[in-house]
Amino acid sequence: MHVVADTSPQRGLRLMAIGTLAGLFSGLFGVGGGSVIVPLLVLWLGYGERAATATSLAAIVFIAGFATAVQGLYGNVNLLDALLVGVPAIGGVLIGTSLQQRMQTRSIALLFAAVLVASAVELVLR
Amino acid sequence: MIGAIVIGLAAGVVAGLLGVGGGVLFVPGLVFFLGLDQHHAEATSLLAIIPVAIVGTYRQDRYGNVRRHDALLLGLLSVAGAAGGVTLANALSGAFLRDAFAGLLVIVAAQLVRRTLRRAPARPGEGAGAGL
Repeated sequence: MHVVADTSPQRGLRLMAIGTLAGLFSGLFGVGGGSVIVPLLVLWLGYGERAATATSLAAIVFIAGFATAVQGLYGNVNLLDALLVGVPAIGGVLIGTSLQQRMQTRSIALLFAAVLVASAVELVLR
Repeated sequence: MIGAIVIGLAAGVVAGLLGVGGGVLFVPGLVFFLGLDQHHAEATSLLAIIPVAIVGTYRQDRYGNVRRHDALLLGLLSVAGAAGGVTLANALSGAFLRDAFAGLLVIVAAQLVRRTLRRAPARPGEGAGAGL
């Protein structure tokens, strides 16, 4: 359905803009950049929701890899703490990807939004 | 410690569902449960994201959802932004970075609610996950 071989300059520029912006977000905030990539793939490149989330994850492998390498140079990366949250997250992502294929995940998204707002309040009040 | 494990699991679930790295939960989890400061939490979150994104990509690729060419381009084109972002983060104070991160969380939450409410009822046929 999608023209993978479309290499028009405009498309290339959009990918470059998304990649740069996602990288900036990732490095600045310690996130993957998916909250930038997914909506922009949908809006600018006409992706469907599921292809956008899947392609975003693949791009994040590189983005987080680069950003981790640079943070490593600053000496900020704690390997053990990363394992402590990262290993259970591997189980989580298996659950998340398979849920995504088969169910309406609206209530989970809303719950997640509530958790984010609560975390934001807690961070600021700290 | 239990809190860190639970938030790690939750971060993985949202990573798989939403196509994000899970950092929006890793960072607060590392701050609240493991006592890291904002800079260390962000850096450590980035490392934790890598295996999550690898496993999520592998699964999504088997479902045929990954556009490999675009993903590779996006990833490779992000390198300057990522380096700039990390450098900027390390130039900023922890307090400022923490407040900015809190702002990011609120924006992501608002975006998520908007997308969910807009898409979910509109496309029943497209079904699973399209609500996100």
